[in-house]
Amino acid sequence: MKHRYLPMTEQDEAEMLRTIGAESVEELFRDIPRSVRYEGNLPMSGALDEAALLKHMRRLAGRNADFDEYACFLGAGIYDHHIPVVANHIVSRSEFYTAYTPYQPEISQGELQAIFEFQSYVCELTGMKVANASMYDGATALAEAAALAAGATRRRRIVVSRAVHPEARQVLRVTARGLGLEIVEVGCAPDGTTDLAGLEAAITGDTAAVLVQTPNFFGCLEDVRAIEPLIHARKGLLVLSVNPLSLGLLESPGALGADIAVGDAQPLGIPASFGGPTCGFFAVTEPLMRRMPGRIVGQTVDSEGRRGFVLTLQAREQHIRREKATSNICSNQALLALCASVYLSVMGKEGIRETALLNVRKSHYASSLAAAGGKLSLPFSAPFFNEFVVKLPEGADIGAVNGKLLKAGFIGGCDLGAAYPELKGHLLIAVTERRTRDEIESFFREMEAVL
Amino acid sequence: MKPDKALIFELSRPGRAAYSLPECDVPELGADSVIPAGLLRAKRAELPEVYEVDVIRHYTELSRRNFGVDNGFYPLGSCTMKYNPKLNEDVARFPGFAKLHPYQPESSVQGALELLHTLQSDLAALTGMDGVTLQPAAGAHGEWTGLMLIRAYHESRGERRTKVIVPDSSHGTNPASAAVAGFETVTLKSDERGMVDLEALKAAVDGDTAALMLTNPSTLGLFEERIVEIADIVHEAGGLLYYDGANSNAIMGIARPGDMGFDVVHLNLHKTMSTPHGGGGPGAGPVGVKSKLLPFLPVPTVGRRADGAYFWDGDRPQSIGRVKAYCGNFGILVRAYAYIRTYGPEGLRRVSECAVLNANYMMHRLAPYYDVAFPGVCKHEFVLSGKRLKAFGVRTLDVAKRLLDFGYHPPTIYFPLNVEESMMIEPTETESKETLDAFIDAMIRIAEEAETDPQLVLDAPYTTVVKRLDEATAARKPVLNCSCG
Repeated sequence: MKHRYLPMTEQDEAEMLRTIGAESVEELFRDIPRSVRYEGNLPMSGALDEAALLKHMRRLAGRNADFDEYACFLGAGIYDHHIPVVANHIVSRSEFYTAYTPYQPEISQGELQAIFEFQSYVCELTGMKVANASMYDGATALAEAAALAAGATRRRRIVVSRAVHPEARQVLRVTARGLGLEIVEVGCAPDGTTDLAGLEAAITGDTAAVLVQTPNFFGCLEDVRAIEPLIHARKGLLVLSVNPLSLGLLESPGALGADIAVGDAQPLGIPASFGGPTCGFFAVTEPLMRRMPGRIVGQTVDSEGRRGFVLTLQAREQHIRREKATSNICSNQALLALCASVYLSVMGKEGIRETALLNVRKSHYASSLAAAGGKLSLPFSAPFFNEFVVKLPEGADIGAVNGKLLKAGFIGGCDLGAAYPELKGHLLIAVTERRTRDEIESFFREMEAVL
Repeated sequence: MKPDKALIFELSRPGRAAYSLPECDVPELGADSVIPAGLLRAKRAELPEVYEVDVIRHYTELSRRNFGVDNGFYPLGSCTMKYNPKLNEDVARFPGFAKLHPYQPESSVQGALELLHTLQSDLAALTGMDGVTLQPAAGAHGEWTGLMLIRAYHESRGERRTKVIVPDSSHGTNPASAAVAGFETVTLKSDERGMVDLEALKAAVDGDTAALMLTNPSTLGLFEERIVEIADIVHEAGGLLYYDGANSNAIMGIARPGDMGFDVVHLNLHKTMSTPHGGGGPGAGPVGVKSKLLPFLPVPTVGRRADGAYFWDGDRPQSIGRVKAYCGNFGILVRAYAYIRTYGPEGLRRVSECAVLNANYMMHRLAPYYDVAFPGVCKHEFVLSGKRLKAFGVRTLDVAKRLLDFGYHPPTIYFPLNVEESMMIEPTETESKETLDAFIDAMIRIAEEAETDPQLVLDAPYTTVVKRLDEATAARKPVLNCSCG
């Protein structure tokens, strides 16, 4: 068979078989017992030529409502931010994307330096001392943080706010079951932030860590300065999950006393892509450095004194320590870490702040419209970054509302009732720098009209 | 120290900018008017200030200091560094895939759901399994997910089995994943042919055995010929069989884990299905299971209603839960689906035939110069030992470094652990005979150099942007960021 990715000719095959001393390719599979051989063709999707495949993929893509055609007001962890044009050009360079983990540093200095710069960016934004080369996403990074905290403190209890992303808490629960950790959830105060009295009561002498997200799932900024002493008084660790773009304006986890800072780098120039691939980041204080999961790049010199970079502190990792490793992670999200680095290089010191500020301004303009319209109300009073909750009138059918908004060209908010029964009839609305005043006004006009 | 490539931070000049933001068209309120001062940043993040040309030149230069499959032959064993088709890159960037939110109404993402649904069933057919989750983000993530499924299965039967058996040739992720899933690992020594030692296996299994994790073909490139007996031994003890799909490129359409007796399998789509390795990721590690484990699969999966509409199916009360946010690494799943459709089932079978033919050819041609760890027929990869070069003071590491001067990415070295001075070579099916021959010639020349001029090999590489790096100091005195702030 001829195929554009397969170079094997009949002559190649004959010559190679002759070298091997085999009569046929079939003979090379003689070690597979007859009883487990598959006969016939697998019942899978069939082959398409290049043009037909492009057409097929366009048809599938065409059946989805994308951000180019619809104004997106959905957030809840994945955001429609502007992606600088250069980002795609750089991650499309095949020297980056067709390489694997930089095991051979002499021919991988590009990737290694890119990761070193990513680690530097994460440290700078989070105010932490050490960062790794990436995790799968924000949710798994949070679960790994809990695992690290349990190991470092030799404690089994993890206290997590219910205002942490519901899917991150789901991942955390599966992780905790594996490791034998106890998960205790703390509810919210009326203002939309974590209930501090409940939190204080939940922290015991066996608490390894408190896990808090800020801005939290409802968009509200947590009062981390009040939370920090509660857990440190009991010698547990403070784990903060943060939106990295918000750190253009908001105080860094390091300055707020976090021991571990995690999050998802998707807001930093990474396409939403139906939720993945994104890139988790993971940063710690110096004493926790050797307990970190995943790859870490360090600076060193070569035999002639030139600066160079290598994978380092590998004694933590699965390929060396096997069952005693700090984590089982091997492949990570390196290409998206590169994407986030490019984004931060483009934004720079001023751009990250201006972008964050634009998010604050647009979302606050939107919330003022929501409050003024008459039919929606704002249940939470806590300060927020680029996302807020609105309460719909009693009896409103959120599915129907979002359906009508879609017809009008809007991707509506996130229905909170699914994960929080007590918030039935509430929508979480994100407003990024991409939303124009006109879109914001039309969105709320449309929403008022359909209610 | 003579830095020869600047860090992006070192290019910074105050006042330069590479960004372009829209004018603010809403009231320009100050952040401090809506956010308490205590929550605002006291000290700015010291990100570099550069303009767009700096950004492009910086990362272009970094890319030139990197080696990927598009640069040349990359026979990194067990990683399946095959060609990454460009069509797959293009389609994953279609706005209808790249600019989608996971929480959009189902009616607005029917194309994406159809793709995922088809991929679930294609991967189930390929592996001989009854159901598939596409959530896991990588192979190791799939392993852990699979082991949590196995744990849930045993617990549902009132059993708390505590041990997972792994062969000594297994990937490090296997025992690490077992530990994270709360199991103790039992390491099984391979027999003199590199296979699972059946007597040792019989002695190792008992009422505590939750599972045996097996890579088949193994990391030695060998098919476990007695796989049916192995499966029987584990099943009779009440354990399950886990298939590490890292080496699936050898057997597509030829044999299926499900037919060999495996109960749970993960695939590495970044290996077998050609999705790019990205410099370390992202990958995707879907997990397939036999029907008895279906109730425990992560939620949601994609279902199809009688009217043909696709939906998120979260109705699985015994599910282990969720292992990753949203719907897995969707962009990678799009690429993998496109790959499957460039070949179809007959083409995928041919892929495996060519991969195995290439590996056997290389093994035969290199056998006179290096020690083949386990002679016989290999599958998609094989393991050589560089031990005979030790007589000249040359080690496998040195051979690898010398290969860099010939323009190749070296094989996987010092793995598997049960072969001295090992080199694991996986050519893949997308390399031509000429490429294989040229690499083989380089390997032969290096073996000769080791004998006649060992210092030449010991001082390699000569052609790279840096020479051998001081890894010991990097670990002893870690410098892990530029501390530019």
